[in-house]
Amino acid sequence: MSLNIPTAAELFEKGQTPDVLFWVGCAGAFDDRYKSVTKAIIQILSHLKINYAVLGPEEGCTGDPARRAGNEFLFQMQALPNITTLNNYGIKRILTACPHCFNTIKNEYPALGGNYDVQHHSQFIQELIDKGLLKLKGEGEFKGKRITYHDSCYLGRANDIYEAPRAILEQLDADLVEMRRAKKNGLCCGAGGAQMFKEPEKGKKDINIERTEEALNTDAEVIAVACPFCMTMMSDGVKHFEKESKVRVLDLAEIIAKSQI
Amino acid sequence: MELAAFIIPIILFFILLVGAAMAVWNRIMHIKRNILLGKPLYFYKSWVEDWAFPSKKEVAYQTRFVNGHYESALTVGGSSACNGTGKNSDEAENNAAKVFCLQNGINKNAERMRNMLLIALGQKKMFERPLVGIMHMVIYVGFILINIELLEIILDGLTGQHRLFAPVFGSFYTWLIGFFELVGLLVSMSCVVFLVRRNVLKLGRFQKPEMVGWASLDANLILFFEMVLVTLLYTMNATDSVLQARGVAGYVHEGMEPMRFLISQALIPIYSGFSNESLKLLERVAWWGHICGIISFSIYVTYSKHLHIVLAFFNTYYADLRNRGQMKNMENITKEVKLAMGLIEDTTSSEEVVDMNFGAKDVQQLSWKNILDAYTCTECGRCTSVCPANLTGKKLSPRKIMMDTRDRAELVGIQLDNNNGQWQDDGKALYGHHISKEEILACTTCNACVEACPVNINPLDIILQIRRHITMEEANVPDAWKSMFANVENTQAPWAFPASDRFKWAEEIK
Repeated sequence: MSLNIPTAAELFEKGQTPDVLFWVGCAGAFDDRYKSVTKAIIQILSHLKINYAVLGPEEGCTGDPARRAGNEFLFQMQALPNITTLNNYGIKRILTACPHCFNTIKNEYPALGGNYDVQHHSQFIQELIDKGLLKLKGEGEFKGKRITYHDSCYLGRANDIYEAPRAILEQLDADLVEMRRAKKNGLCCGAGGAQMFKEPEKGKKDINIERTEEALNTDAEVIAVACPFCMTMMSDGVKHFEKESKVRVLDLAEIIAKSQI
Repeated sequence: MELAAFIIPIILFFILLVGAAMAVWNRIMHIKRNILLGKPLYFYKSWVEDWAFPSKKEVAYQTRFVNGHYESALTVGGSSACNGTGKNSDEAENNAAKVFCLQNGINKNAERMRNMLLIALGQKKMFERPLVGIMHMVIYVGFILINIELLEIILDGLTGQHRLFAPVFGSFYTWLIGFFELVGLLVSMSCVVFLVRRNVLKLGRFQKPEMVGWASLDANLILFFEMVLVTLLYTMNATDSVLQARGVAGYVHEGMEPMRFLISQALIPIYSGFSNESLKLLERVAWWGHICGIISFSIYVTYSKHLHIVLAFFNTYYADLRNRGQMKNMENITKEVKLAMGLIEDTTSSEEVVDMNFGAKDVQQLSWKNILDAYTCTECGRCTSVCPANLTGKKLSPRKIMMDTRDRAELVGIQLDNNNGQWQDDGKALYGHHISKEEILACTTCNACVEACPVNINPLDIILQIRRHITMEEANVPDAWKSMFANVENTQAPWAFPASDRFKWAEEIK
C-alpha cells in the first residue's frame, strides 16, 4: 500500500484546510495492535478520496487519562496546546479513532475554547454508508459470521452512541448477537478511568475476564470493538481463555476496511 | 363530663399534629442546612434559587473563578442573559453567556421539568424491571391515595366527628373506603414480596457490607410498618361495621345503611362475638394507632433513607443535563495553566480570594447537588449491582459512596449544632474516614451506576472529585499513574514512547 498521508501543517502551507481532521490518538500511533485500526481508517479515507489530514507529530495526548486519574493540571496542560494547534489550522470537523479522545474533544474541549464537530469513526463510517459513498462487498468475509459488539462506555453511556456501530455491522449481513449486558447495560472492559495505566485494585476477578466470558458465551467468532482500550482488554481476555485461534477481536474500522469495495 | 370526653381528644389530637409538624419542620431545616454545606453549582432562575443558595453574594463569591461568560451571565441578570435578552450592551458577551448557559444545562427548565415528571412522578427508570416497577408503583400510588382518607381522619380528629365524609359522599363513601382497603391490600402484598426478596431470597445487592445493621433494619422496618398501618385500618373499619350493624350511637349515620367495606368485611365474623364496649375500645385504639403511626412515619421518614419520596423530585429536576462523559472543568486551574503558558496576563487584584481547593476531601468541598444526591439515595443498590469493580470483588460500591456522603453530612451538621453553627475541625473527613483510597481508585468511570439510578443520582461525580483531591492535594497515587503522568507530560502520550516517533506509523503504512 502506498499512501501519502497529508498533515494539517502541509495543507496549511498550501493555504488549504482539510474537510476533516483525523485524530489518531496515542494508541493509534503507538500501540502495535491499534496501529492496524489507524491503517484501516486511513484506507477508508483515501479510498473514498476524502479531503482529510492528520496532525502527525503535532498531535499530543488529549489528556483524558490524566483528567480521569484526577490530574486536572496535566489535563489542561495537554488540552490547551492541542486546542491552540487545532484552532490555528482552522479545524472545524474532527474524526477520532478512540472514544476517549472523542469524548474529551467533543465534551470537554469547548470549556477551554475548542469547539469542533466531532465524530467517532463508527458514526463517520455509518454516515458514509448512509450517503451511499462507502459500498460494501455483497459476499464479504463477514457474511453470515456470528459477531458480537462490545459497547465502549465512552461511546455508549457517556455519549449515547449505541446504534451507529450496530448499524454498520448489520450492513455486512453478519449474524449480530448481543451479550447479556449490552447497550446502556453494557459492562465495561475494565480499562476506563485511567485503569488502563495501573494494576486493578484487589478483587476476585479481573473485569476484562468477566466481560470476555460473557462475549465467549455468545459463541461469536468475532468480538467487535470500537476503542483501543477495549481492544487490549478483550484481546487479553480471549488469550486468557486460549481462544485466539477461534475468536478474533476486531475494530469496526478493520471490519469495514476489509469489506469495502 | 361529656364535654370533657368530647374536648380532650380534640386537644390531644391538635397537640399531636402541631408537635409532629414542628418536628418535621425542624428536621427539614437541618437537612436543608446540611445540603447547603456543599458549594453552589449552577445559576438558577427558578423558585428554589433561595432554597438552593444561601445568598446571591455567595454565588458571586463562588463563581469568581468561573470564566467570564458565567460572570456576565450573572451581572446582566441571570436568566435574561441565558435567553440572550440581557441588558448587557455588548452583544458578543451576551451571546457568549447564552452559549455558556446552553452548554452547562442552565435555563433548561422545560427539560428539567420533563425529567422530573417522567423519572420522579412517572418512575420511568423503575419500569426497566417491570415486575418490581409495578409493585413499587402500587406502594407509591397507595401512599398518595390513602392521603385522601387521611384528610378525613384529620378532620374527624379536629372536629370530634366520626366519618365526616360519609354523609357528604353518601353511598359512594362505602365504595371509596372499599377502594382504599383494596389499595391497602395491594400495598401489603407488595411489602410482603419486598420483604421476601430482602430476607428470604437474599438478593445479592441487599447483602453487601454497607447494608449490615441499620441500613437493613431501616428497609425492613418501613415495609413492616406499612403492613401494620393497613392492619389497623382494617381493624378500625371492621369493628366500626359491627358497631353500625348493632345500631350503636355515635357510629350510625342518620338515614344511612350500616356500612360494610370491601376487604374488612371479611374480618366481621371475628369481631361479632365482642361486646359493644370492647369493640368501641378496639375501634378507638385502631383509630389512634393508625394516626399515631402515620405521624411517626412522617417524622421517621426524614431521618431515614425513605426521604426519596420527596427528594426524588428535586433530585431529578436538578440532575446534570450534559453528556455523562463530561467532567466539569476546573476554572481555577485553567487560569493557572493559562498564566503558566503565557496565554493571559495576571490581572488578579490582591483582594481577590483565589480558590486553591483542588478536588474534594470533605462534604464542604462537594456541591450541594452531591449532598442532595446523598439524602435522596434510598439504598436500593442498583448502582452497586452493575458496577464492574463491585461485580469483580473490589471494595468500591457506589451505593456506599452515597451513604458515606450522607453520614458525613449528618455528622458535620451535628458538629455545627453543638458549636452554635461554627465549624470546628473534628479531625475527620469524608475521604479517609468514610471512603478509602482503595474504593476511589477502583472506579473505571464507566457510568453504569449513573445509568442505573432510578432517581438520577451521580456517584461518579463524587468519586472523581475525591480522585482530584488524592492526586492534586496529596499526590498519593499508584506509581503506575505517576509514570503515566510523567509520560504524558514529557512525551505527550501515556506510554513511554519518544514524541518524535508519534508519526512513525505513517511510514509503516507506506
